[in-house]
Amino acid sequence: MKYSIFSLARAALSGHRNWPRTWRDAEPKPRYDVVIIGGGGHGLATAYHLAADYGITNVAVLEKGWIGSGNAGRNTTIIRSNYLLPGNIGFYELSMKLWERMEQDLNYNTMVSQRGVLNLYHSDAQRDAYARRGNAMRINGIDAELLDAAAVRKMVPFLNFDNARFPIQGGLLQRRGGTARHDAVVWGYAHAADRRGVDIIQNCEVTSFTRDAGGRVTGVETTRGTIGAGKVGMAVAGSSSRVAAMADLRLPIESHVLQAFVSEGLKPLIPGVMTFGAGHFYVSQSDKGGLVFGGDIDGYNSYAQRGNMPVMEDVCEGGMALMPLIGRLRLLRQWGGIMDMSMDGSPIIDRTPVDGLFINAGWCYGGFKATPASGLVFAHLLARNEPHAEATRFRLDRFQRGAMIDEKGQGAQPNLH
Amino acid sequence: MSAADQTQRLAKGGLIDRSKPLGFSFDGKSFAGYHGDTLASALVANGVRLVGRSFKYHRPRGILTAGSEEPNALVELRTGARREPNTRATTIELYDGLVAASQNRWPSLDFDILSVNQLASPILVAGFYYKTFMWPAKLWEALYEPLIRRAAGLGRAATQSDPDHYEKAWAHCDVLVVGGGPTGLAAALAAGRAGARVILCEEEPTLGGRLLSDGGTIDGLPATDWIAQAADELSAMLDVRIMTRTTLTGAYDHGTHAALERVNDHLPVPPEHQPRQRLWRIVAKRTVVAAGALERPIVFGGNDVPGIMLASAVRTYINRYAATPAKRLALFTNNDDGWKTVDAAIAAGLTVAGVVDARQEASADQRALASKHGFAVLNGVVDHVDGGRKGIGSIEVALAGGARATLEADGLAVSGGWNPSVGLTSQHRGRPKWRDDIAAFVPDGAPPGMSAAGAANGAFLLTDCLREGHSAGAAAAADLGFGGSVGAAPSSDDAPASSLTPLWHVAGKKKAFVDFQNDVTASDIALAAREGFQSVEHLKRYTTLGMATDQGKSSNLQGLAIMAELTGRSIPQTGTTIYRPPYVPVAIGALAGHHRDENFHSVRLTPSHHWAAERGAVFVDTGLWKRAQWYPIKGEKDWLESVTREVKAVRGGVGFCDVSTLGKIDVHGPNAGTFLDRVYINTFSTLAVGKARYGLMLREDGMVYDDGTTSRLAEDHYFLTTTTAKAGLVMQHLEFCRQVLFPELDVQLTSVSDQWAQFSIAGPRTRDLLCEIVDPGEDLSNEGFPFMAAREVLLRGGLKARLFRISFSGEMAFEISVPARFGDALARNMMIAGEQFGVTPYGTEALGVMRVEKGHVAGPELNGMTTAADLGLGKMMSTKKDFIGRVMAGREALVAADRQVVVGIKPVDKARRLRSGAHVIRKGEIPGPDTDGGYVTSVCFSPMLGQWIGLGLVSRGRERIGEIASAHDPLRGEDYEIELCHPVFYDPEGGRQRG
Amino acid sequence: MRIACPFCGPRENSEFSYLGDAKPKRPGPDAGEDAVYEYVYLRDNVAGEMAELWYHGGGCRAWLQVRRNTVTHEILSVEPAAGAGAASVTP
Repeated sequence: MKYSIFSLARAALSGHRNWPRTWRDAEPKPRYDVVIIGGGGHGLATAYHLAADYGITNVAVLEKGWIGSGNAGRNTTIIRSNYLLPGNIGFYELSMKLWERMEQDLNYNTMVSQRGVLNLYHSDAQRDAYARRGNAMRINGIDAELLDAAAVRKMVPFLNFDNARFPIQGGLLQRRGGTARHDAVVWGYAHAADRRGVDIIQNCEVTSFTRDAGGRVTGVETTRGTIGAGKVGMAVAGSSSRVAAMADLRLPIESHVLQAFVSEGLKPLIPGVMTFGAGHFYVSQSDKGGLVFGGDIDGYNSYAQRGNMPVMEDVCEGGMALMPLIGRLRLLRQWGGIMDMSMDGSPIIDRTPVDGLFINAGWCYGGFKATPASGLVFAHLLARNEPHAEATRFRLDRFQRGAMIDEKGQGAQPNLH
Repeated sequence: MSAADQTQRLAKGGLIDRSKPLGFSFDGKSFAGYHGDTLASALVANGVRLVGRSFKYHRPRGILTAGSEEPNALVELRTGARREPNTRATTIELYDGLVAASQNRWPSLDFDILSVNQLASPILVAGFYYKTFMWPAKLWEALYEPLIRRAAGLGRAATQSDPDHYEKAWAHCDVLVVGGGPTGLAAALAAGRAGARVILCEEEPTLGGRLLSDGGTIDGLPATDWIAQAADELSAMLDVRIMTRTTLTGAYDHGTHAALERVNDHLPVPPEHQPRQRLWRIVAKRTVVAAGALERPIVFGGNDVPGIMLASAVRTYINRYAATPAKRLALFTNNDDGWKTVDAAIAAGLTVAGVVDARQEASADQRALASKHGFAVLNGVVDHVDGGRKGIGSIEVALAGGARATLEADGLAVSGGWNPSVGLTSQHRGRPKWRDDIAAFVPDGAPPGMSAAGAANGAFLLTDCLREGHSAGAAAAADLGFGGSVGAAPSSDDAPASSLTPLWHVAGKKKAFVDFQNDVTASDIALAAREGFQSVEHLKRYTTLGMATDQGKSSNLQGLAIMAELTGRSIPQTGTTIYRPPYVPVAIGALAGHHRDENFHSVRLTPSHHWAAERGAVFVDTGLWKRAQWYPIKGEKDWLESVTREVKAVRGGVGFCDVSTLGKIDVHGPNAGTFLDRVYINTFSTLAVGKARYGLMLREDGMVYDDGTTSRLAEDHYFLTTTTAKAGLVMQHLEFCRQVLFPELDVQLTSVSDQWAQFSIAGPRTRDLLCEIVDPGEDLSNEGFPFMAAREVLLRGGLKARLFRISFSGEMAFEISVPARFGDALARNMMIAGEQFGVTPYGTEALGVMRVEKGHVAGPELNGMTTAADLGLGKMMSTKKDFIGRVMAGREALVAADRQVVVGIKPVDKARRLRSGAHVIRKGEIPGPDTDGGYVTSVCFSPMLGQWIGLGLVSRGRERIGEIASAHDPLRGEDYEIELCHPVFYDPEGGRQRG
Repeated sequence: MRIACPFCGPRENSEFSYLGDAKPKRPGPDAGEDAVYEYVYLRDNVAGEMAELWYHGGGCRAWLQVRRNTVTHEILSVEPAAGAGAASVTP
């Protein structure tokens, strides 16, 4: 059933009793052309693009829990393409363009909301770094504006301009940046992939790879039986090292916990997304009214999906320093996701040394905004056996070659990216 | 209004203080209450039923509970900068002059325009927005979303800075007891008697918990007397601390807990110098959770009509606050505990309209009570309630046999049983376990050291609570080795165990609410099930069930019970969502504490700061440091004029600059030289004593990490400086190398950054100035103290200093270090001694100008993405030794010919200003991803060249010296020609610094 | 999180900086590029008990080797990390 205001109105007449499932509850078949491990946004987007753009529909997405129960459902929903370096910049802009047509592509309202992303700066050095970045964006055809303090004050007058420890000097604004409804992205891709024949198999955990005599991956063993595959793609950020280890691969990745926070619901206050340049704090406001905010990762390897107090306090200190009117607003809920923190802060989308096994990993905390492009380029790689034009630098061997994509210049220490 | 107008206030009873009447206003109307009231109890006492509007349908809502789990009665408390949205009326302690307003309604609570949403409710089902608002795409941001955003949300944030302050504190104890009800008091008594250090946190202003509402007899004493006795005993113990108005909100790793103390929320404005709230980090070896249980509603049509209240809340209002939520009360229950509300109503003189009991049959006692007081006991369920903003119209009952009945009442108490508070014990993702006998989840998999007792553990009888609390407190203390006598457990003789028949949902046609605040109905859950959103996480996310400000405390279990029924699974099979901190929402201000405004981060001042401030220096933030940026003098029109003067004064005479912010590390030991050889790319073991050398260190991945000067002060003593930004990190890195990588080296590191004040003195007359400062016995001649010499010298007056003949400015220059406490005096003395030479203090801007003129790299070039070769320093890399970063620096992409390397940049039009961040494009090429060839890293106006100059990182830059390229700066709308040039603009032969 | 520094006693984790897995050992000078690449970039990324390196920068400046469970955060032992990163210690 196509979703629209008309189908909704028709359904209302019958008390909404006739809506079908958003995606089928598929039983695993013995063999697929492509098996995607991981029913998050990236895995589902990959399956969607395989079916929609590359004509490969005999595809299964295997999810150990419920789709979207990993990082796709635990992020702060920000979309942007304000990147600096070749490799990232074109890729994230491809993603932004896909966000801009997502609802129409998927027939699902993912609430892509381009209300702007504003990165504040507080020093000449930060301004210069943003000027470099903004110019790189413009050179790549991406919108960017460098605002001075007066322009920022006009946009968000309630920030702390008058007695701040690190006064706001201006900001880099990407108006096309914004937010999307994270769960809806998962469900929308699931819905659209399912309609194109993809099997979405939940509660199906991969326990090992099956390999032929030559070492080529021929399928996966799962908690729901053996499933054969022409090719296997893993999109399991947070668990990449664990899944790769089943194929005896070690990755340039560590798992770290990133916390996020939401306040109680409020009438509209924050216009778009803002990042504080003098502390670890960024914020947006959901359509439901909660302030969604976060900061730095906790900093130690973790698979616990929960964090500790120092980061929560650090983030709230940043929030109060930036917006001292939020003192009486309450933090409603905190949660943690497990990030694939890579050694240069950028992702890996590539073949692996193991034949038939492909990897999509290392998203750090940038995975959500990458979802549509990640799906497209990974589908391309799986379908064509070669990287998509916008993903030629996300190679696994770039660390051996010295071709890191290190936006922060922090080097091979994942917790600093 | 006077106290007499409290029409629903009982003439006597309750724990309120009738000698202290208080006035307050709600939605602009004045009311009266008493000390000891909450805003909710005072509203009940004044007969106010309608207190809020729901999130989606804007349905009229009344008070549901009497605690922090309240989903409906949210108000904006206070006004102006202290406006506090979404505040639960049930937890607001009444004070005189309190002002509160309802929220999410317009223009008024009684007449709310958006209640028309109820007409559209057939369309506004769960997740409707995912299926529409897609066409045309542009209208989402322009129309649909703004409408949704305006309609959504609850209260309004204040529009001014929070004027109050908050603080944070640490506390440590052996046994932390969460909750000051009977269980918690028994636990604290036992642990305290055993000799443990105990902290007891109680959310409410007074101890007692449910005892304050339900009374009872403990050890032969009336409950309130026993509470007082327990409190007295606890207060007398030196190692027991009772913290009221303190909610334990989170359990973190290794016994760290967060607790929020509402120090002054019960006052209109905190007293002077006092915080409004205090965030506690409580570190406990053992934790006893005695947080009680929460009663749950039953889902039936119209169950949200104002006047319908949880049965336990009705008892609380009657017994504790002497306020009656109804004149004629009905009860809908599935358990015996609900019947206590009938007792309370009768005792308070209310009329009981009838009891609807979903269980098979009422007991003989209950039937006797009914006949004595003339009310019906109906075996069946409440099918739906008619009513609206004015309250309950009628209560429609479906009897067990199929017949129907109607009850007329203005209040309906509902009891669906009790849920132990499993929030805290489940915060480490341990899943609670299901108990069929009480039809509820109880704690399981609690964090290490934490246990639950009493109602929080599923023990609902008072005597069981007392016994479990006592035994948990005793066990926690014993576990830690405290052997004092814990005494006997307190006991009570309350009624035997309550029977309960699970009942979650009464099917019907009317909207039956599961999550009141978010307007999630039973049919929304059915729709979610139908569309495949059957896992609890999908259910929550699709319908928003449990995402309200009560975090599902009043709704989750009913919701998943309905889902279990729809999908043919049991409740434990259906599972729960994850319990996350905080247990109740916490003010962001409290989590920030004093770290806001100017106190967001600490401030570091250089040794000459006060002197510089006296001279009117302009300061710049460099990390935490405040550094003098320039020293304006009267008549100068802008920063550029001041900075140009400072540069000219240095290059033409002498100036000095406080560079104490550099990191400084003493390296001692016989292997100090070997150690430095391993951490720097160049060699230090061969450096002669009394000499200094520029050093560059890499990260292990081959990228430049930091630079600085290292001097050899003795055979086994080096002194190195780091950049300001990396001072702490380099120390950490060197300690890593020393301790973790090279333990065999006999070397010690001492951070002396704060111990030395260091000044750069530069300019052709530097030696003249120094001669006035340094003891005449020291030889400062070019022979006696040549370029790159370094040694200790005596100053006039006998102070020992370290003197280094190094130059960042390119001038004849020294750096001088004195113990930090003499930094201020040295600055003042140099001004006096140098007056005859026109000595000029200069700031970081002039410092930066001179380093760009000399082509020295600094922060913008040492950006973590550059190699030594990129910076033109590749030749420094020794080939004779191993050092950190050596191997990785040789990777193919790091030695590629097209890397961006440091060059000088000059605008071709000398009048033009150059800006950092402009990109460099080959002349004639169109800016694009493939033609972007680098960027401008640092710029300055060079007084010596009379034009703007800069440094840049440009692809193949060294091969392109002399090339005219384009600076492309679309952000600032500028495109202009630049010349790529050698990065040393001034005195390229370096004669000035050697002279 | 609290780490019992052997020199300072139990301290809040904000006093410490984290480096990561203590297992990789810095290869000797002649080990070659592949060995250094593995040392610098590849990680087991253990889900479970792991020896890791922490720096007590807010205290005694000791580098510590902490055995910690990355799933539960339980800390099993803390000791000085002397020599923990050296492939071989040559006196």
